[in-house]
Amino acid sequence: MNNIRKNRWKDQIFKYWGIFCTLIGLVLLVVFMGNIVIDGISRISWDFLTKLPSRKPENSGIFTALMGSIWILLLTTIIAFPIGVAAGIYLEEYSKKNRLSGILEINISNLAGVPSIIYGLLGLEVFVRIMGLGPSVLAGSLTLSLLILPIVIVATRESIKAVPSSIKDASYALGASKWQTIWYQILPASGGGILTGVILALSRAVGETAPLIVVGALAYVPFAPQGPLDEFSVLPIQIFNWISRPQAGFIENAAAAIIILLAITFVMNGIAVYFRNKWQKKWK
Amino acid sequence: MEIIMETTISKIKTLNSVIDPSLKKVPKIELQDVKVWYDDFLAIKGIDMTIKQNSVTAFIGPSGCGKSTFLRLINRMNDYVDGFKMEGKIKIDGDNIYKKKVNVEELRKKIGMVFQKPNPFPKSIFENVAYGLKIQGITDKNFISERVESSLKQVALWEEVKDDLKKSGMALSGGQQQRLCIARTLAVEPSIILMDEPTSALDPISTAKIEELIYHLKEKYTIVIVTHNMQQASRISDFTAFFYLGELIEYDKTKTIFTNPEKTQTENYITGRFG
Repeated sequence: MNNIRKNRWKDQIFKYWGIFCTLIGLVLLVVFMGNIVIDGISRISWDFLTKLPSRKPENSGIFTALMGSIWILLLTTIIAFPIGVAAGIYLEEYSKKNRLSGILEINISNLAGVPSIIYGLLGLEVFVRIMGLGPSVLAGSLTLSLLILPIVIVATRESIKAVPSSIKDASYALGASKWQTIWYQILPASGGGILTGVILALSRAVGETAPLIVVGALAYVPFAPQGPLDEFSVLPIQIFNWISRPQAGFIENAAAAIIILLAITFVMNGIAVYFRNKWQKKWK
Repeated sequence: MEIIMETTISKIKTLNSVIDPSLKKVPKIELQDVKVWYDDFLAIKGIDMTIKQNSVTAFIGPSGCGKSTFLRLINRMNDYVDGFKMEGKIKIDGDNIYKKKVNVEELRKKIGMVFQKPNPFPKSIFENVAYGLKIQGITDKNFISERVESSLKQVALWEEVKDDLKKSGMALSGGQQQRLCIARTLAVEPSIILMDEPTSALDPISTAKIEELIYHLKEKYTIVIVTHNMQQASRISDFTAFFYLGELIEYDKTKTIFTNPEKTQTENYITGRFG
């Protein structure tokens, strides 16, 4: 009896500790966002989105940074999505399980944990200098693609692993080739998971600052990029730049830009959740 | 020279098969000294066996005795298993299916397989049955829907599902799902059907339906079935093979195996004294 009561006590204590821990994170986030919204909401307007940066805080807008972020996002998607998904499919379905593939696997997981500034240095050397792309949108996108590739690959592999092997067996037993099985069965069944992983990886890319600074993104660009080889700035760098200014007006601007950046991230995460739910309904 | 020889031989063979009405006497499946390893583990220890056309052959034996592995050799489903290694010859209609040049996809179209757990694709009933045709590149819609209908009729599922072919195959009951899986296999018109404990996840009524189906299917197909159910083996099969620890202990007419087995091991197993 005594033991049962003890266990019940432990159970209760752990439950309340868990609630407390969950709340810490939530409360801090709410306080932080409340603060930002109070500081910045008054600055958000159509003008703020469409105006160029300026020396005067009240005339400044985020147009160039926003456009830079969108450019980066699109190019990174175009580069990282096909490469990452293809690599994930290869590792999960084609490569033989031996020592080499084991080493490869561990390294990809490790790459996901490499500090982003290291990717920035790699991008600076390979894309900006050796390939001669200069501090361009393309060089930035390639760098961010490297950064999120491990995440995309791991997400793809996990989603493919979750497809029941009975489905694959059934397909092979009917005479389907590997590619047909992947195309008709595995990808449709794992698509939701793959998309979710890709979108979450991209929303991480949108928030990255350090690697882009190293690659050479500018804090002040007087124009939005017109092509992949143009110079650029992105929202996090714009925010970083404004925060380091002494005038109070720029702090307001930074808060407003943070709201926009958060909104973009939330919308992307929302899309990811939507895809996941829609897919689950369809495939279960 | 060799190629010419081979084509001549195969020509003669096809000629023979047209002329010779007693083709049924030629073994449909012939296994010669088959050994299988998983890494260093010898799972099948050298088995010789012939399986007759238009018959039902049951594989029985305790779990882990190698009967499922053995069954999966016949349509090369073990190929993707890591560490799989095989020796010996398996001939279907006289051709070694483990030759280098064999197209595994083509082979599997001739040899259907039904699995232990019903595994319909998460697609509509229609698409489930049509899948095998679709991957062959067949696009003729009339042909496909006719084949879907005839396949579903063969497994006596047509009356139950004809009004909602667009419904997901996953929404059917377990027994219906398994019949759907058999229909899916029949749609590509194989000549051999391998069944790996097809009723072990089903209730008795569904099991009875599948058993009856197997009885009818034997007119057109050669059926090999792995089962843990002794009654099932004695009810539906013409021949029974008893496997134990990777060896074929006894293989004979089902009647003989169940009434007058040669080996005491077989007798002990079928009477439930071990395994």
